[in-house]
Amino acid sequence: MEFIEFKDCTKIYKNGVTGIVNANLNISKGEFVFIIGHTASGKSTLIKLLYREEKPSSGSVYVGGVDVAKLRNNKIYKLRRKIGIVFQDFKLLPKLTAYENVAYSLESYGMKKSEIRPLVIAALDHVGLKDKTRSFPYQLSGGEQQRVCIARAIVNKPKLLICDEPTGNLDPDTSKEIMDVISKINKELGTTVVMATHDKDIVNRMKKRVVVIKEGLINKDTLKGSYKE
Amino acid sequence: MRIFRIIGRSIEASVKSIFRNFSLSMASITCTIITLILVGVGILFSYNINNITKDIENELTIVILMDKEITEEELVNTEKNLKEVHNVDEVKFISKEEIKNDLVEQNETYAKIVETWEEDENPLQDSFVITVKEVKDINETATTIKNLDKVGLVKYGESMVNDLINIFDIVKNATIGLVIALVLVTTFLIANTIKITIFSRRNEIDIMRLVGTSNSVIKLPFIFEGFLLGTIGSILPILIIILGYTWVYNSLSAANLSSILNVVRLTAPNSIIYSTSLILFGIGSIVGMLGSLRAVRRYLTI
Repeated sequence: MEFIEFKDCTKIYKNGVTGIVNANLNISKGEFVFIIGHTASGKSTLIKLLYREEKPSSGSVYVGGVDVAKLRNNKIYKLRRKIGIVFQDFKLLPKLTAYENVAYSLESYGMKKSEIRPLVIAALDHVGLKDKTRSFPYQLSGGEQQRVCIARAIVNKPKLLICDEPTGNLDPDTSKEIMDVISKINKELGTTVVMATHDKDIVNRMKKRVVVIKEGLINKDTLKGSYKE
Repeated sequence: MRIFRIIGRSIEASVKSIFRNFSLSMASITCTIITLILVGVGILFSYNINNITKDIENELTIVILMDKEITEEELVNTEKNLKEVHNVDEVKFISKEEIKNDLVEQNETYAKIVETWEEDENPLQDSFVITVKEVKDINETATTIKNLDKVGLVKYGESMVNDLINIFDIVKNATIGLVIALVLVTTFLIANTIKITIFSRRNEIDIMRLVGTSNSVIKLPFIFEGFLLGTIGSILPILIIILGYTWVYNSLSAANLSSILNVVRLTAPNSIIYSTSLILFGIGSIVGMLGSLRAVRRYLTI
């Protein structure tokens, strides 16, 4: 079984809007996959199905051998502890410092402070923010906030890093920096990366596997693909 | 150990959160203070009404005048029979000699009248004064007593007693209703203010969920926070109730109003202020906690 498997997966929202139709997709361990498509094409739905923010209407989604569609609501946290998620809008806790934001998830798992500290420092070091541990989100630039978000996503050494348009709010130079960080994590830590984006430059430059989604259907799936209109 | 660490961190987080969301915390606390003061006053009012009516009810008695021609033995029998009547609490015998002596002591006019009587003459009647357990059933008790042997006249202010009992029932029910309404309004207000506090932090809850925090660990700091807000909010009302009521009670006692208005006696503070304080603390802390829990749970369902 592949690390990630979508089997005949369909998601229709309660208001009748179609998210994904009959998707079949396999992703191996350690892969870097772009999910691209226009706004409302269904790429965010595909991503959200991976971390059980949405539940498929039919079909199944396997992550690391677990059918996430069948997870009970009160067990979802177990799945999310194995996954790192990076968002377009960073989703940092505004009243916690960079260090506290990264440490938060580990603290909530009940880990000891002495165990948490080296992990948080290592994660912040990985994204190049070791000297900003005490800054609050509002004291950081957009790029720096996104790095904190990435540090938080990788602090628990997840097998899968999900990125939902991580460069959507950033300028081209900062976007490039962020992509370098994510690429480094993929290479050095062997973390599988699934990234939804509509940033053509990034997709074309990285030469990774590209899955194109159009009106809810998987339209194209190419290794070392590019973003074409 | 892990569970203690999580609980410890939740308490720490809840205290931090109260300070970091200071204005919202103050709104919750102020709302709790105002509503709990009203509840406290309502409870004290209700306690007093209840006690005053009880005092008045306890003073209601049945007076029985026995037949003039009655022997010692018959009196003893009657006393025994009276004690066996349903609803009778205490039976007190007052002989016609005692009544005669009372009359002499009470009033000069009466004394002069009594002087005109012959040495052995006493036109008065032996009597019994009875207190009942349930004032509501005083009518039936009086009827039963009337049917006993050698009983002459039974008096207990029939019409007045019935009216009084009806009025007391209305007043008691009204004050209890008032307190229940106040408690419900308070519960609603405190729970809602805390709900608003948490609503403003739904993004925070969302983020906690996304980074893999379990639902119970997300809930804990909010439950502690609700408990703390409710508890802090109940401190001032408790102080106001304890100090304020004691002051009012002492002032009225000093002004000797209690003896002037013999019936309207305030209940002594010690017997009611602590139980009232406990009720206020309970409402504040439990409503705070449950209100908070209810609000968080809403954002934990997918």
